[in-house]
Amino acid sequence: MDRYIPILIFGLICCSIPLAMLAIQLFLQVRRPNPAKTEAYECGNPVKKEALAYRFSIRYLVIAILFVIFDVETVFLFPWAVSLGRLGLFGLIEMVVFLAILVVGYVYAYREGALTWA
Amino acid sequence: MSPELLSWMSPELLNWVVIPAVKTAVILAIVLTIVAYATLLERKVLAYIQARVGPNRAGPKAILQPLADGFKLMSKEDLVPDGAMRFLHLLAPILIMVPALAIFAFIPMGDTTTLFGLLEEPVPIFVADLNVAVLFVIGFAGLGLYGVVLGGWASNSKYSLLGALRSAAQIVSYEVPQALALIGVLVLAGSMSLVRIVEAQREMGVWFAFPGFLAFFIYFVCGVAETNRNPFDLPECESELVNGYFTEYSGVKFALFYMAEYANILVVSCLSTILFLGGWLPPFPSLAVWQHLPSLPLFWFLAKVFVFIFFYIWVRATFPRYRFDQLMGLMWKWMLPLALANLILLALVKLWLLK
Repeated sequence: MDRYIPILIFGLICCSIPLAMLAIQLFLQVRRPNPAKTEAYECGNPVKKEALAYRFSIRYLVIAILFVIFDVETVFLFPWAVSLGRLGLFGLIEMVVFLAILVVGYVYAYREGALTWA
Repeated sequence: MSPELLSWMSPELLNWVVIPAVKTAVILAIVLTIVAYATLLERKVLAYIQARVGPNRAGPKAILQPLADGFKLMSKEDLVPDGAMRFLHLLAPILIMVPALAIFAFIPMGDTTTLFGLLEEPVPIFVADLNVAVLFVIGFAGLGLYGVVLGGWASNSKYSLLGALRSAAQIVSYEVPQALALIGVLVLAGSMSLVRIVEAQREMGVWFAFPGFLAFFIYFVCGVAETNRNPFDLPECESELVNGYFTEYSGVKFALFYMAEYANILVVSCLSTILFLGGWLPPFPSLAVWQHLPSLPLFWFLAKVFVFIFFYIWVRATFPRYRFDQLMGLMWKWMLPLALANLILLALVKLWLLK
């Protein structure tokens, strides 16, 4: 536990840096309000609708789902990697079997075109 | 430092609060100075590569340019666009800056130092040596994404929103092969402590960049992609998205996004140095020559980090930008299988060659 206290202190000091910069800005900035300044940037055209009203590609969702699958896989790999020296050949074969199951899913996603952004 | 001077403090207070706070101040001073001068270095190097002069007005050789920039941005008006979510708009730059700095709590810049004999006993040049440091680093690197997505989401601008979406997809995609490349190093070192990883490279007498050259390549390419830099800077490309997720930011908030980008570059450079180039070890650490020379951990570490930062700028000046479908295809169709194959390869190396 002792080792984590210095990290907490480090984190608190890190948090204070952006807050201090924002506080300095409060004193230094010059306010000249103008309605044109706070318009959303659209290369000078009048803004038609709220940004969140635009639609975006469903591909982003597919990527998110694929990420969750493979990121959970890496979570299992971390403890395995550290203890491979002790597990020896048995550990390697076991992980190859685990990865092979995932590769089946990967090949399926590849053939279904989930990895192609079009 | 004489012990009498500090005798009024209880040892707990000294060990847990005062010494970490002093170390934090020193490390953050180093980090923020490098971040500030990395912006100047980038502008200068880019200028020379493009046969221009670059900034040369603020002080001799533009040495005061970062200070001038900082002061200018601090004196700018803080604008919040119409219809933006004010609180999230304020929170985003803080959320991106804090994790980028907090990672340096785990990065060892050297083993121990006596400050050229000033201190009686050697002091470690890091805040904490955890046995799970690698997990913390990956976790904090992932946290930076919240700032990017919130910034784009809260700004009520379609360029920002597109930039945030692209950035989320890109960072999330490149995190997987990056983690796999990193696991390759863990296999070789057999530990998740960054100090142990460097020590393992000393014991084996070889930098992990040699057995793990493929992991090194994957890690660095993914690092470039994760910091949204050329040639993978689609979330913030100036020509189509006008800086993407931070289009609508001005003043200090913009400065925080800008600094966070360079802080992240520094994080990737430091981690590449520690994981693959032997951290603070001199080149060819097993040579007998190093026994007779003074060990300069901080010098070797910063020299290697500088090489990486220079490489970042060099890459930016050299390569054109990817298209988004190419970017995603490169990652999911090439990097991921390559990273998996590399992991198995490194496991074989560990079991047979390094026994």
